[in-house]
This record gives sequence, C-alpha cells and structure tokens, in this order.
Amino acid sequence: MKIKTLIRMANDIGDFFNAESNKEVAAEGITKHILRSWDPRMRRDIITYLKEDGSELSALAKVAVSRLDQS
Amino acid sequence: MSINKEQDFGTPASSAAQLVTLEIDGFKVTVPEGTSIMRAAATIGIDIPKLCATDSIEPFGSCRLCVVQIEGGRGMPASCTTPAAEGLKVVTQNQKLAEVRRGVMELYISDHPLDCLTCSANGDCELQDMAGAVGLREVRYNPIETHLDAVKDESNPYFSFDPSKCIVCSRCVRACEETQGTFALTIDGRGFDSKVSPSQNQSFMDSECVSCGACVQACPTATLMEKSVIDHGQPEHSIITTCAYCGVGCSFRAEMKGEQVIRMVPNKDGKANHGHSCVKGRFAFGYATHKDRMTKPMIRANIKDPWQEVSWEEAINYAASELMRIQAKYGKGSIGGITSSRCTNEEVYIMQKLIRAGFGNNNVDTCARVCHSPTGYGLKQTFGESSGTQDFDSVMKADVIMVIGANPTDGHPVFGSQMKKRLRQGAKLIVIDPREIDLVKNSPHVTANYHLKLRPGTNVALINAIGHVIVTEKLMDEVFVNDRCDIASFAKWETFIAQEHNSPEATEAITGVTASTLREAARLYARANNGAIYYGLGVTEHSQGSTMVIGIANIAMATGNLGRDGVGVNPLRGQNNVQGSCDMGSFPHEFPGYRHVSDPDTHKLFETAWQAELSNEPGLRIPNMFDAAFDKSFMGLYCEGEDIAQSDPDIQHVHAALRSMECVIVQDIFLNETAKFAHVFLPGASFLEKNGTFTNAERRISPVRKVMSPLTGYQDWEVTQMLSNAMGYPMNYKHPSEIMAEIASLTPTFAGVSYEKIDQLGSVQWPCYDEDSVGTPIMHEETFMRDNGKGLFMLTEYVASAERTSRNFPLILTTGRILSQYNVGAQTRRTKNNAWHAEDRLEIHPHDAEDRGVKNEDWVGIKSRAGETVLRALITDRVQPGVVYTTFHFPESGANVITTDNSDWATNCPEYKVTAVQISKVSQPSEWQEKYQAFTETQLDLLEQGISNG
Repeated sequence: MKIKTLIRMANDIGDFFNAESNKEVAAEGITKHILRSWDPRMRRDIITYLKEDGSELSALAKVAVSRLDQS
Repeated sequence: MSINKEQDFGTPASSAAQLVTLEIDGFKVTVPEGTSIMRAAATIGIDIPKLCATDSIEPFGSCRLCVVQIEGGRGMPASCTTPAAEGLKVVTQNQKLAEVRRGVMELYISDHPLDCLTCSANGDCELQDMAGAVGLREVRYNPIETHLDAVKDESNPYFSFDPSKCIVCSRCVRACEETQGTFALTIDGRGFDSKVSPSQNQSFMDSECVSCGACVQACPTATLMEKSVIDHGQPEHSIITTCAYCGVGCSFRAEMKGEQVIRMVPNKDGKANHGHSCVKGRFAFGYATHKDRMTKPMIRANIKDPWQEVSWEEAINYAASELMRIQAKYGKGSIGGITSSRCTNEEVYIMQKLIRAGFGNNNVDTCARVCHSPTGYGLKQTFGESSGTQDFDSVMKADVIMVIGANPTDGHPVFGSQMKKRLRQGAKLIVIDPREIDLVKNSPHVTANYHLKLRPGTNVALINAIGHVIVTEKLMDEVFVNDRCDIASFAKWETFIAQEHNSPEATEAITGVTASTLREAARLYARANNGAIYYGLGVTEHSQGSTMVIGIANIAMATGNLGRDGVGVNPLRGQNNVQGSCDMGSFPHEFPGYRHVSDPDTHKLFETAWQAELSNEPGLRIPNMFDAAFDKSFMGLYCEGEDIAQSDPDIQHVHAALRSMECVIVQDIFLNETAKFAHVFLPGASFLEKNGTFTNAERRISPVRKVMSPLTGYQDWEVTQMLSNAMGYPMNYKHPSEIMAEIASLTPTFAGVSYEKIDQLGSVQWPCYDEDSVGTPIMHEETFMRDNGKGLFMLTEYVASAERTSRNFPLILTTGRILSQYNVGAQTRRTKNNAWHAEDRLEIHPHDAEDRGVKNEDWVGIKSRAGETVLRALITDRVQPGVVYTTFHFPESGANVITTDNSDWATNCPEYKVTAVQISKVSQPSEWQEKYQAFTETQLDLLEQGISNG
C-alpha cells in the first residue's frame, strides 16, 4: 500500500482524537478506529513503517500504531 | 391528470382535531373542522361537479360549477370554498343547481375547440367529463371573438401548452405556486383577455418554469399535456414504482401501453412526495430505452482489444474463472466489489453476500464512500444509528430550518418544494453555504434570515462557534441533556466548546463569517421551539466531514432538537438508495444493519445463515482498492451500477489503478466511463425492468416494480446470483421478496419488513422491529439507539484542510449539482434534460474574472495540484470572491481531474468541496481532455468492432 497515504490517514485520525486531553484515551481511540476500519494489509504496512522509520507519524499516531502491533 | 382514476376530493384534507357533523343530500357525514363541503361530500361518495378545484391545491371558487344549496342559507355558495359546519343541511343536486351548472358549462364550451375525438386528452378530460355530468346538450352562443386560434407553445421538450384549450381555471398557476413554489405562471390580463402566462408572457422554456410537471398534472383539459401522450395516446394501465433519481424517493405511477412507458405520474399517495415531482423523475425516463443501452454481455482479455459479444453463460463463466484465477495467483483478498446507491436493496444485499461469503473477504464498498459515509460514522457514534432522524413531513412543524451545505431546490427538488412551503408559512431560515443557493433569496417569497457565507473547508470552526454561543449564552435544553444524553460526555464537550478559540470572534478570521451574525443565527436556532437541521454533501465531502456531522449532532442534542416532530438532524442523501445501500451492509467493516464484522454474535449469525466461513477483518475501501492495485494486492473488481472512473476524485489516479487490474467487471445499463477500462461487461436493467426496493433519505423502504421486461433478459440480482453460482457459492432466490425475507431474518431493524407489508402500506420506514410495527417516522423519541440509550457528545476540534491556497493556486474550487442533471449524468445526459444544462460551467465571481481578463462564456483552464481541465466560464456573484464552483455531470468536463485525494479522516470520503486552483483564459482543451477524447474514441471503436463481429 502507498505508505504516504497510510501515514496521512493515521495522522488525520490522530488529529481528531487529539482533542481529547487524556492522551491515553486519545491513543486508544486511534488504535480502535484503525482496528475497526483498516484492512489488515494496511495495518501491517503502517506497523512496518513505524518499525523501520516512523518519522512522519505524529507523536500520538506513533503511540496508537505501536499499540496496533500489540493487539 | 392521470389515467388512474384515483379519487379527487376536490380540496385538501383538514388536519383539525375538532369534528363537525352535517347532512349532505340526506346523508350524515362527520369530518374534521375546516373540511370543505365538496370534500365532505366526496368522502361519502357524492361527487359534486367541479373544474377549478382539485385536492392538491387550495380552493379558488372561480368556476362556479360546484355550487350547492344550504338549508336556511342564501344563494348558491361554491362547495369548494364553503367549510362544512355543524348541523348544515346541504343539497348538491336539484333542478336549479343543474340549470346553473349547464349554463356555466355552456359558457366554457362556447370558447373551447370541439375536437374531442382527436384531442390528446380524449378519455382523460375533466371538461369532457363535466359536460357529460351536467347534461350539456347544446351551445347556444355564437361568439364573435374566441381564443380558438391561440398559438401553441411547444418550447418545453416534454409538454405542450395549447392556450386554445385553456379554461383559465388557474389550477396550473396555483400548482406552480402552492405545490412547486416557483410562481412561474400567472394569469395575465382581465376578463376575456385573461390568459395563463409563463413569467412575463414568455415561452415556458424562457420563463422561470423548472418543468416539475405540477401544472401538467393539475390541468383538467389538454392545455398542458405530455408530448408522449400526444404522440402515443392515452396509457391503458399503470404500476406504482419508485423514482430512481435522488434520495427523496418519490412514488410514481408508471403509466403504460403494453410494455411502453407513456408517462410517469407522481403518486398522490406517495408518502415522500405527496403527488409532486421534479423534471427528472417526471419526465427524464427516456434513457431506459436510449439507443446507447447495452443489452449483450461482452468480454475481452485486454482493454486494448475489441469487445466480443458472448452469451450470458460464457460471460458469467469467464468472469468467475478470472476472479478465481486472480485469487489463486494473488490471494483471497485480491478481489472485491463496489455496489451502488442506484442498485436496489436486494441487489446490494446479495452483492455483499457474494463478496463476504463467495469471495471470502470483506472487500465490498459502495458509492456512499464518496458522499455520505461521514453521516454513517458521525450519527452512529453520537445517536447510535447511521441515519437521519425524521420523516420529510416533519419539516412542516419546524420553526427554524438550518440548511448546511445542501441545495434542496436543485438536489432534492420535491423536498425543496415542501421546505419552501413551510418557509412561506413563516418558518425562519439559516443557510450555511459558501455559495448563494436559490433558497437564500432566489425563491419567490422565501428569504434566508441568515446566510452564513463561510469559506470552503471551515465548517467545523463554524459549527463549533454555534456550539460556543449555545453553551456560553446558556441556550441549552438542560432537561433534554440531563435526561437523554451521556452527562460525562456533555460535561467534557461543554468545557471544550466554551474555550475562547471556539468563540465566533475567534473563528471569524477562519470562516469569514462575522461574529455578530453568527451569534444571531445561533440564537435563532437555539431558541426555536422546533429547530431542524438539513444537510448535504457540503458537510460530508471534507477532510473533517465526520467531525462536522458530529458537530451538528452535538448542537442538536444540546438544544434538545431531537426526538419529536419538527426537529432533528436530516442528511439529504444524493442518490435514490444511498441509505439503503449502506443499510444493506455494503461497507467493508459492517454487516447489514451497521454491525461490525468483528462482533462475535453478528459474525456467528451470518456464518450460520450463509453457511460460509466469513472474515472478521474489515476489507478495503474504494480508495484503498485503487492503492492496492498498484502493489498488486488487489487485481480483480466487480463493479455494479457505479461509475468510479468519472465520479471518484483524482481521476487520473483512478484510471491508472483500473488499468493495473487484471479483471474489471462492470455491470451497468450503459458502457460508462468505468466500462472503458473493463474486461467483462454485464448489461444491467434499468429501474423500470426489475423488482426490488429503494430506501430514501427518511429511511422509507419503497417498492421498485418491474413495468417492462429487462432488455437484457435478466434483472440485476439474477446476474449477481449467476456469478455467485458460477464461483461455487450457491444462491437460489426466485424473487427479490425472498432476499428481503432473508434481510429481515438477519437484521433487527428490518425484522418487521416484508413485501406484503410494503404492498399493504405503500412503504415502510425502518426501524421496523416486528410484524405488528408499521415503521418509525421519527427516531430517538424515548432513547437514543446507543447501547446505554444516551446521546453521546464528542469533541470536534477544527483542523484546517491540508489543501491550502497559495500563490500558484489562489482560488478554492467547490463542486455541486444542478436540478436538471443527475450525478455523473449517465441517465439525464441521455434525455432531453440537456435542454436546460448541456455542459458543466465554471462559476466565477466578477472580481476574480476581471483580475484574469475572463469574460462570460470564455474557455478557462482550471489547474490544481492534481490536474488541469478546461470549462466555459459563467460569471456570477452567487460565488464569493476567491471561490469558484462547478458541476460534474459531463465526463469530458473532467471536474475530478482537478479534485485531490484528500479525504475525511474517519471514512475516506473525498474532499470534493475544497480544491485550491488557479484559473486562466485558454483557447484549447486541456491535455487530459484531449487524451480522454482519444481514449473514448478508441473504446467506442473497440465496441463497434465487437458488435460487428458478434
């Protein structure tokens, strides 16, 4: 999958949940949203990206994607 | 008029609770107070002769044919304008009345052609009927002057206006005013000179007439007559079905001669349209038999090859073998399908069933992805269900109507007329739109109290500012919030929304809407007894589309504007079955009824029912499918009824993705843009050729009935079933009613829906939980549909779109639609509706045009970061400086060459409404347009070769 698209999607989701002051809750919201709406190959690619680079993911998105890997 | 002699009560029904009892011709009758004597008589089977009265419009009392006598009363009052009253004794027939009526008819007929035998209304003429009813046997007058040589107006492509047959009853004028709300017609002149005049004595086409057909429907003679009736004669039978255009879902009588549709007449009993129609549903059905209709299956190995016409069996087997070959080569998840809002519920259901159970994955999506997917997400999160909250009739109880990013008079014209009627009755109007839609000030007797002309892409900042005013000025409905909503979420939202950065003063710089105006508008909505919000794609097609839907839900909950008549959150769905296609489980993460594929109980339910192993992982969305095509993980697509190669954003990317796939199967009634990239073409059936149901924007499930045989031999659900069987997943439905029965058995909100109930009631609004239920016009009356029954407030921080203006791209392009054309135009472009709109234009403000030396009708290049196209300019101040606008009805316009791949954060709904562009005067088509033209010519040539060889 086009990794730039996935990064943008993850960051956009992060922007929405970033309104939540409790960042634990925010990250959980992002993780849950990705789990419920992304095809497994998209999740696999963003996890791989985080492991290999991850620099273009927002701080919140990074936390959320790392949790994806554990779920 | 209509071939179907449904009862005409003469005047509209009264909704009064108080009843009165009177006696008519010796029979007692009890009716609601305010009912006319004419209607009261009609309810007991006494038809009083009439000409100027009909029950779709208010009584007028001009023809004097309906006179009656009332015991103790003076003279002979018109029964249409005289209300029934307690204890009245009315006589409708006696010698004196008969003489008066014959005298009236004699005068009418003295200035009317006596060509009944050759008249197009012969057999369906109220004047003829009344002459018979009153026993007219001679006309004693020999007038020196008549209107018999008045000249016909044939300017409208669908109906003729023959003033020589006009009796000046004003039914057309009143229908145009009361039913349609356009006020295009008037009676010009006085006395003998009186005549019906479109606008200022113009032709119908040059007037403000929107060709809705209300005047034709109301005309009691052949004065206003469908040209199809003039050409073919009166229809001989009719079948009730549902329009296949917009999300209003109007009910129509298809009036037929054998298998030929003569005319489509709006059904008076239709609960969405109450006998009204628009130019599309009423007249633009000719595409169904257009010469471009494809009726033979075709295959080819490569899109550079000529098409080969083959049998259905060969086409289906080839398609199945290709899909299975691709799965064997690239994996189970390498194929998928796209359904359409133009498909019936039953077609969508078995398509997603084929994909989930037959393909073994969840790669199914629908065109709602590119329109109302944020509605599904936002309303599911906040209210617990992915649907609007009201029925259309609810608008008649609204005191303040807020229209956000929608253009009802163009996009949803029949509902637009109903809304205008309410506004003429005095409801207040707030329009939130970057562009001046007709409701702002271009609809007669309707003016928006506030037009918040915001900058495109700033919706969320604006809705937050409204929320800020509601909270900080204590305009909440605290009882509603406390009783009905999740209090913890409200407290969090209250704190968030009250922050200074959400104030109108702070957001003014973002939205361009002055703080004082916004405050006034917010107060108007919040203080209304009944405040109703209607919204469209101007809300959803943004990078924050879902956030905006949530923001709307927040303010509706905060003000208690939910759960009763006259209020609510109402998404206006673009296509006929957007709601239904979503309900039927055509999103990759949801089974029918919006239940997540990972929910264990639901998953088990469907695995058991479908006897198949199902994936519990979400599949690919449409844009994900395109991206996956480039890395060869998605190589086969089955696309039914949707034209992704025209309608989806960043179209060059879409085309490249389609070229990358090894098998594209298109099922459609025309060789549409997507079919030009296809390897298998399965010809589809139009809505006139199949049975099924559509679900409109108010959750109303209405019948679609086959009125003619499918030109291809098969209805679309049968084709999908054949493909499924060829792929080894058996389906054996004999009729769509069996499919609906299966839907009902597996979907709680549809549990009480059946074809029998739909036939009995005309339509059913879901949720319909059991056999005894007649459906649910208004949702969330007692509790919300979330697990705990409480409405959820969510935080809606404004995030600016990534699409920004710059020195190179200083203007913002936004897109929309027009009344006469529909979506990608595949249907309406193949009708005479092109008389109103034959090409897409670029609307540009005079200042922006002047800066660029652009004059009206100049060709202009529109360049964005995604691509470039060329359109003709239309200079207008309907758009604000800095904003340009176009429609997307013609493929050669390439509107989606310009739009970007930005999308909604939650659903990937494309951001069609915000594209930074530059405009310049040009003298030739864009490079893309030239390539498109060449590609189209090649594909048509390949089609021609296939047909010649077939």
